[in-house]
Amino acid sequence: MKAVSVEEAVAMIPAGASVMVGGFMGVGTPERLLDEVVRQRKTGLTLISNDAATPGKGVGKLFDQALVAKLTATHIGLNPKAQQQMLANQITVDLVPQGTFVERIRAGGCGLGGVLTPTGVGTLVAEGKRQIEVDGKPFLLETALRAQFALVHAFLADYLGNLAYALTSRNFNPVMAMAADTVIVTAEHIVPVGVIAPDHVVTPAPLVDYLITNG
Amino acid sequence: MDPQIIIARRVAKELRSGNLVNLGIGIPTLVANYVPSDLKVFFQSENGLIGTGPIPEQGMAHPTLTDAGGRPISALPGASTFDSAMSFGLIRGGHVDVTVLGGLQVDAHGHLANWMIPGKMVPGMGGAMDLVTGAKRVIVAMQHAAKGKSKIVAKCSLPLTSARPVDLVVTDMAVIGFPAGKATLLETAPGMSVGEVLALTEAELAIPDNVPEMRI
Repeated sequence: MKAVSVEEAVAMIPAGASVMVGGFMGVGTPERLLDEVVRQRKTGLTLISNDAATPGKGVGKLFDQALVAKLTATHIGLNPKAQQQMLANQITVDLVPQGTFVERIRAGGCGLGGVLTPTGVGTLVAEGKRQIEVDGKPFLLETALRAQFALVHAFLADYLGNLAYALTSRNFNPVMAMAADTVIVTAEHIVPVGVIAPDHVVTPAPLVDYLITNG
Repeated sequence: MDPQIIIARRVAKELRSGNLVNLGIGIPTLVANYVPSDLKVFFQSENGLIGTGPIPEQGMAHPTLTDAGGRPISALPGASTFDSAMSFGLIRGGHVDVTVLGGLQVDAHGHLANWMIPGKMVPGMGGAMDLVTGAKRVIVAMQHAAKGKSKIVAKCSLPLTSARPVDLVVTDMAVIGFPAGKATLLETAPGMSVGEVLALTEAELAIPDNVPEMRI
């Protein structure tokens, strides 16, 4: 793990990059990183995020500035700007059931080619996908999902990069921290090594590439 | 009584002590208000919490304790938190005893459509498809009709949420079940006759000899 400023970290992300962002309706989202992505105007992003949050909050800021070209998400109904951009064909949107979304990312981070899920069988979601029977039950083959960058928000990070999360701000963060080439983390608090007990570490330090320093 | 409250009160009667329950947004959220205090029900919020409590008092909200709509909630003693893989493992894996969801249409075979209106409203399915596919029991809580048009239809014209049929539909007019795969009128709302329900129901309903009034 390397400690860097938010400006240095975002400078590593090229325009058009694929980026996973943790958070659920803007809760548990690395806001400082997104503010800097907006400031440096990283355009044409492929965004992988549970939702589009709301205008001005979380990944909603990326839609406010029209920085997203392609979105994979489970729900965008609470962000009218993302809806407008989708209906005007300014962004390509792939809507995925939430359980499938997280399992595809988990697969991407765990070296799996994909997962077999019953969710979506017999619906629009099944179109164009392989259906596989296991013990007589139908499942969809859903392929693994990875990104060049994961932007993760933790509650605590220690000096080595071990991470712990708070309440419902955990959501997709630990799963995404496994599934990207480069993992960049912001934390509410940076604490000395040992403050997070081994049993309470959720994301082990070797998974974290960059930790954003305070200030 | 307000139609939404009739629905919420009736659905609450379906919950049993020890149940793990997931409530969708809208009318389903109201169900928690009508669960008797001596009934120990665990409510899951799919953004990563079992043991959701009431909306916190003014000034007591915490930014990392929220429901699936991102609104502040509280957690009851004994609550637990987890990531989204665990949350949907609980849902898809059959560990959720009951899910209560809103609906746009339910058809004569119990198929539910509740996630999109092509060309008009494409918000995304969120967790709905996993909930209907994986929960042990699926209850739909919705108004019987919208703008005078039945939401209990012969066949769903909107895209399905799951190939798995729902178990029970509770509306402001009736309770409908699907014994042997056929839509059946189980109860009528207070003051509502069987004839009045049938007049506002597009799907063909089986009518047992005795159709009791909903007890709420």
